[in-house]
Amino acid sequence: MSALLQVRGLSHHYGQRIGCQDVSFDLHPGELLCIVGESGSGKSTLLKTAAAQLAPSSGSVRYHQRDGDWLDLEELSEANRRRLAREEWGFVTQNPRDGLRLNVSAGANVAERLMAMGMRNYGQLRDIAKGWLERVEIDPARIDDAPTAFSGGMQQRLQIARTLVTQPRLVFMDEPTAGLDVSVQARILDLLRRLVNELGLAAVMVTHDLAVARLLAARTMVMQGGRVVETGLTDQILDDPQHPYTQLLVSSVLTT
Amino acid sequence: MTASAMTASAIAAPLVTAFASPMLELRGLGKSFELHHQHGARLDVLDDVELTLHAGECVVLSGPSGAGKSSLLRVIYANYRPSRGAVRVRHDGDWLDLAEATPHQVLEVRRRTLGYVSQFLRVIPRVPALDIVAEPLIEAGLSLPEARQRAGALLHRLNVPERLWRLPPGTFSGGEQQRVNIARGLIVSRPLLLLDEPTASLDADNRSVVAELLEEAREAGSAVLGIFHDEDMRDRVATRLFPMHPLQIA
Repeated sequence: MSALLQVRGLSHHYGQRIGCQDVSFDLHPGELLCIVGESGSGKSTLLKTAAAQLAPSSGSVRYHQRDGDWLDLEELSEANRRRLAREEWGFVTQNPRDGLRLNVSAGANVAERLMAMGMRNYGQLRDIAKGWLERVEIDPARIDDAPTAFSGGMQQRLQIARTLVTQPRLVFMDEPTAGLDVSVQARILDLLRRLVNELGLAAVMVTHDLAVARLLAARTMVMQGGRVVETGLTDQILDDPQHPYTQLLVSSVLTT
Repeated sequence: MTASAMTASAIAAPLVTAFASPMLELRGLGKSFELHHQHGARLDVLDDVELTLHAGECVVLSGPSGAGKSSLLRVIYANYRPSRGAVRVRHDGDWLDLAEATPHQVLEVRRRTLGYVSQFLRVIPRVPALDIVAEPLIEAGLSLPEARQRAGALLHRLNVPERLWRLPPGTFSGGEQQRVNIARGLIVSRPLLLLDEPTASLDADNRSVVAELLEEAREAGSAVLGIFHDEDMRDRVATRLFPMHPLQIA
C-alpha cells in the first residue's frame, strides 16, 4: 500500500534549541499514528512541522494527492500550502479556543470551512451544521449559541465537527483530550475512534497518555529530547518496550 | 454437556497432519527481556523453540506456570518482539517471517490471517458488546447491519443474553466478558488462531460451546495453538500437546 504522507529527516530548531530532530515516518491512508512522550519531548513541534505550520530546519514532508501525484510541501507556495491545509487536511488543537472562532455561533464555526470552499446555500449549510452537531453529540438546538457558552468538552467536540466537516483526508491532532475530565475524555475518544473509522481518515495524534495510544492507534512513535527513540506497533511498544526511556514511560504511567 | 461427560469424550481425532499444509513454523525462537531500570536485569523466557503447526490441527501448550506458554503466544502474535529466531506465518499463500516484518505487514497478517484471543476482554469505553464483536467483520468489509446480525448470532450461541448486547461490557461478569472476547476473536475465520486460556472463567456448558466452535474452525482448515489449563477442555480440543518447561536460570 502506498503512503499518504511521507516524512523524511524532519527537523525544526528554535534557534540553537532542538524542537525535533531527524524524524522519518510514513502514514498510510486510514491509519492513526500516535506520537507519545513527555512534555518538552518535541511531539507538538513535530506535529506542527509535519502539518506545515512550522517551517522545517531540514528534511522533507511529501503528501500523496488524490490524483496520485506527490506534493513536496517545501516546493508549494504559501497560498497553495494554506489551500491544502484548509481543503484536504484538518488540525485539532489541544485548547479548543485556539481552533474555534469564539465570536461566531456554533453553526457558523462548523460551516465556515464549507463557505470558504464555495458553498453558499444558507439552508444547506445550516442542515449540514446541524447534522455535524448531532454527530459530535451536541444538541442541534444550540446551533446559534456562541462556543463561549459551551463546556470544555463540548467546545472540543465542536472543534472536531468544524475540522471534519470538509471530510479531510488527513487530520493532525495535538492532545485533543488533555485537560478534560476523564468521562468527557472517554466520550471524545470514542467519538474520534468512530469518526476515524467511518470516514476512513488518516490521522497523526500527539498524546502523553499511553492508554489513549492503545485505544486509538495501531502504530506509535515514542519521542524523547526531540528524537524518535522507538517506533512500531502500539501494543508491542506498550507490552514489550525496548528503549530505556519507553520502559520508564510505560512503567511510570500505564494504568490500564 | 456436563464436565463429566466431557471427560468421557475422547481426544479430538487428529487430521493426517503429514498431508495438511504447514501454517506456522517457529525456528530457533527465543525471547529475553532486558530491564534497563532493574540494573539491566535480563529475563530469559523462551529459548530455541521449534514448532510446526498444520492446517486443521489444534496444538495445546502444556507445562507449569512460568514455562513461557503465554509469552510464546505473544511472540507469535508480534505483541512481544522475538529476541532470536523466526516466526514464519503462511499469509496469502506466501511465507512471512514476523520477526522481520514491518508493522504494516504485521497489521495486515493480524487482520486476515492471525487471530489472538486472550483471557481478558479489553473494554472500549461506551462501545456496546454487539459492536465490539461486530468490529472485525466491519474491518473485513461487511455492512453494519450484516456484521451486527452475525455478531448477534454468535453471542446467542455463546449464551450471552440479548438484553446485554446493547450495553458496554465494562460491567459484565468475568464469564460474560470472556464470551464477548471469544466471539470477537472467532467471528472472522482466520487460518491461524492463538488462544490464551479463553475458557478460564466459563462454566461447563459454555466451555462446550467454545470446544464446538474450535472444532468447526479446525474442520474449516484453521490451525489452532492454545493454552487450556482445564484438563477436560484440553483433552477435548487438542489434537497434539506441545510440552514446555521453565528455562534453567544460568
